[in-house]
Amino acid sequence: MKLKEAFDSGKFAVTSEVAPPKGTDISPLLEEAEIFKGRVDAVNVTDLQSSVMRMGSLPVSHLLQDRGLEAVFQVTCRDRNRLALQSDLLNAAVLGIENVLCLTGDYTTLGDHPQAKPVFDLDSVQLLQAAVKLQNGEDMVGEKLQGSPKFFLGAVVNPGADPLEPQLIKMEKKIKAGAQFFQTQAVYDAKLFEKFMKEAEKFGVPVMLGIVLLKSAGMAKYMNANVAGVFVPDNLIAEMKETAKEDRPKKSVEIAAQLIKEMKDMCQGVHLMPLGWDKHVPAILDAAGL
Amino acid sequence: MIILEQKPYEEILKSLEGEEKVFLVGCTLCATTCRVGGEDELKEMQEKLEKEGKKITGGVVLEAACQAIEVKKKFREKKSEIEDADSLLVLACGGGAQSVRENAERVKIKKLVHPGLNTLFQGEVTRGGHFEERCSLCGECVLEQTGTICPITRCTKGLLNGPCGGSSKGKCEVDQERDCAWDLIYKRLEEIGQLDKMKEIREAKNYSKLMKPRSLVLGR
Repeated sequence: MKLKEAFDSGKFAVTSEVAPPKGTDISPLLEEAEIFKGRVDAVNVTDLQSSVMRMGSLPVSHLLQDRGLEAVFQVTCRDRNRLALQSDLLNAAVLGIENVLCLTGDYTTLGDHPQAKPVFDLDSVQLLQAAVKLQNGEDMVGEKLQGSPKFFLGAVVNPGADPLEPQLIKMEKKIKAGAQFFQTQAVYDAKLFEKFMKEAEKFGVPVMLGIVLLKSAGMAKYMNANVAGVFVPDNLIAEMKETAKEDRPKKSVEIAAQLIKEMKDMCQGVHLMPLGWDKHVPAILDAAGL
Repeated sequence: MIILEQKPYEEILKSLEGEEKVFLVGCTLCATTCRVGGEDELKEMQEKLEKEGKKITGGVVLEAACQAIEVKKKFREKKSEIEDADSLLVLACGGGAQSVRENAERVKIKKLVHPGLNTLFQGEVTRGGHFEERCSLCGECVLEQTGTICPITRCTKGLLNGPCGGSSKGKCEVDQERDCAWDLIYKRLEEIGQLDKMKEIREAKNYSKLMKPRSLVLGR
């Protein structure tokens, strides 16, 4: 369990993220993921992110682990009821997956199947509780398990939430329910993150700073308008705008590395969300001195 | 109350295809408040259907379409008008339409029954003509813990343990015009000095309480 060991040893942990394909062609993802080897402690595999139908997180997590990478299996509450969620946690365990990131999930109407029936039988706190119960050898209703799983449980938090206190209340509940580490929503503002960490560090649970690679000024503006609690400051938007298209990856790497350097000492790790720009992750880590 | 809207008129006409004579049924309760099944709307429907060449044999606005005793009483009184029709068009809720069918049969009237309305939700009349969903009839009220604001109904995801990451400046990720229920709950609990209630973990809901069809018999 490299990710847990990284935190335990006091090392600054690094995770990145891949999104399973829409379809069965998995080889490009697996080839691109090779770049993470030796550079990150684990790789998140998203679970139908943005409510778009695609290949699931579980088989991709498994395939990554088969190739020597450690996976963080993301599980949302949107598409499965408590029977299916608990079953998938057992499925993950038997495939050797230990890191599980428990999320509520985006709402169905935001994705490509807005007609789908949303589930949300459990919420993220209750999903964490269920995972802990399974670890303790019983299911949600107290039935004994024949062999129990072992997990390293993660959760998410949004440092940019306004007001912040409800987020902190929920973060504390997630810890009480079983969360052992956190990955944050994308942060572009060190002052905002400092304010958040001043409260969050009291909980004594490792927090990984979320970094989404800025690809263009348009993307930044889109996130500011549409992604809850994400705020890209004007100076970063201006920097992206002034950069010629072919130089944007380089600029993006520079900005990400700078953000990591500014906030590194406030937290226990970084979670890089490259949104397809996976190949630039090593350059960011190099520039950030990781 | 039950919030209702009229079905698209084309859909109503299609359901009446091949039928010449229609008896109209409304309701003085929700359907009247929603302006889709009161005296005025029955008259309007009559005029529209007559233009299509239908004959309206009569109509009745029931005190409560969902009460068996009321349906049976009024249908006995109107039996000849109903018998004269090919079918009944019910401008009441889905429960009302079913009660009309069942109770018509109990007074020996066997007619086709067509629903004329769509039943939307259980709601509050916030002001004239404005209806808001406030309760999901979940069978296990949590309002005591949430400052009398229902997260099961007003949070799109029905979350029980606080806001998701999509809550921003008091609004919901699903629709930026919509209030985040957990933001409202947080503010209310803070105002009444009960923020501790938000810090308690709420266990997963017991959805077996929602097993359909539900029924209740009052004890003596």
